[in-house]
Amino acid sequence: MADIFSILRDNWTLLLIGQYPHGPLGGLAITFLLSVFGLVLALPLSVAVALARVSPFAWLRWPATVLIYVVRGVPLIMFIFWVYFFVPLLIGRTVSGFTTMLVTLVIYEAAYLAEVVRAGIEGLPKGQTEAARAVGLSYMQTTFKVILPQALYNMVPAMISQFVSTIKETSLGYVISVNELTFAANQINSTLLTKPFEVFLILAVIYFLLCFSLTQFARSMERRITRKRAGTVHASGIRAPTVAALKVTP
Amino acid sequence: MSIPLDFSILLRDEYPKWIVKGLVTMLELTALAWLLAMVVGIVLATIRMSNSRWGQAVVAAYVEYHQNVPMLVQIFLWYFGIPALLPGPWQQWINAHSSEFLFAFVAVGLCMGAYMSEDLRGGIRSIPKSQLEASRALGLSYLQATRLVVLPQAIRIAMPTLVNHTVLLFKNTSLAMTVGVAELTYVTREIESQSFRTVEVYLFATMVYLGISLLIMAGGAAFEHRYRIKAR
Repeated sequence: MADIFSILRDNWTLLLIGQYPHGPLGGLAITFLLSVFGLVLALPLSVAVALARVSPFAWLRWPATVLIYVVRGVPLIMFIFWVYFFVPLLIGRTVSGFTTMLVTLVIYEAAYLAEVVRAGIEGLPKGQTEAARAVGLSYMQTTFKVILPQALYNMVPAMISQFVSTIKETSLGYVISVNELTFAANQINSTLLTKPFEVFLILAVIYFLLCFSLTQFARSMERRITRKRAGTVHASGIRAPTVAALKVTP
Repeated sequence: MSIPLDFSILLRDEYPKWIVKGLVTMLELTALAWLLAMVVGIVLATIRMSNSRWGQAVVAAYVEYHQNVPMLVQIFLWYFGIPALLPGPWQQWINAHSSEFLFAFVAVGLCMGAYMSEDLRGGIRSIPKSQLEASRALGLSYLQATRLVVLPQAIRIAMPTLVNHTVLLFKNTSLAMTVGVAELTYVTREIESQSFRTVEVYLFATMVYLGISLLIMAGGAAFEHRYRIKAR
């Protein structure tokens, strides 16, 4: 126990912000930045993919479906290697591990989020689309003014749990030496050498505290949204898929 | 950018042997971890549905830990951390034998067991409590009622998420490469770094992963279709 506290006391800045301000930013800060940027950049892409997947045009549906199956079927680590290899080829210069990881996460999360958004769209009663079209809104207006605002609101809890998944996935940045939290813990482990259990326990606890509080937040949001829906439009049968049902990433 | 693809690279030198070894290790890891996960999942779900407050709390903590910590970190904790806690002679034994497979298997299995237990619990909760009560009234013990009446129905309902998580388990065996288990991703990296035929080698591995994942999904769909409870 005493070991754990002394390791924390000696290394908390490395775990929190890496070598900053004397070196590059790292640790939890990078983990957090990667997850936030990854998810925020993936969101618009995921809406596009979801709309393509529910669109009436086969030439839009097919590529979206293929993307989703490829992402669901191939390990994240393989995607990281592909991006690591291909992005420098495409733009003609080397890129940092951070950028590689960010690009990977955006593609990966966009596909998973697209399924979340699609569930949100399909969870709305068909009457919503029909009524909107009947009062004269175009397809675009229906989608962006009627369907998406409701679908996305219902999906907030599922998006938070996707954020948790993203945080957990950033740990794979370790494989390409992105200096995020897991990388920092490995650095500490290789300096100390004799305390691997304590170091990795600290690492696990940090991830746990961060992810568990977000998970709890998602659950309370879900309860609130369910209550709100139940209070207003119970009979129309709007159902938001539960967080548990949508949790598909590690 | 048109690089002529030459897949015969995969058949050069020692590579076919490595690839076969990688594939076999990957499949072994998947199968063993899946079995462990299912056993853990069934045990945990049963405890969680029992009346023991204490048991429920322990299972809830187990599930929350495994769902809120990255699997990579769990693998590190097992592979690097746990041996350090064991007495000296054990450590020597572990160092002498290649323990990375064992620890990767335990880490992946125990982690996915948490997910499986939640899937099963979701299935079990959707079975009305009166079924359990009726089975008990007919003279079945709690375990019999669970095993013979509740679980067969619950598994069918839990099937879609169980299949999702089986695919996830399969994909996550690739994380074992970080501790040096020579499974497919590890072997792929090795061949890539020797041959520099990145596209061919990665494309091969990607296709293998995708193919097996799709097979698992299709298998799940077939199972659901075959064993679905027909409405009368």
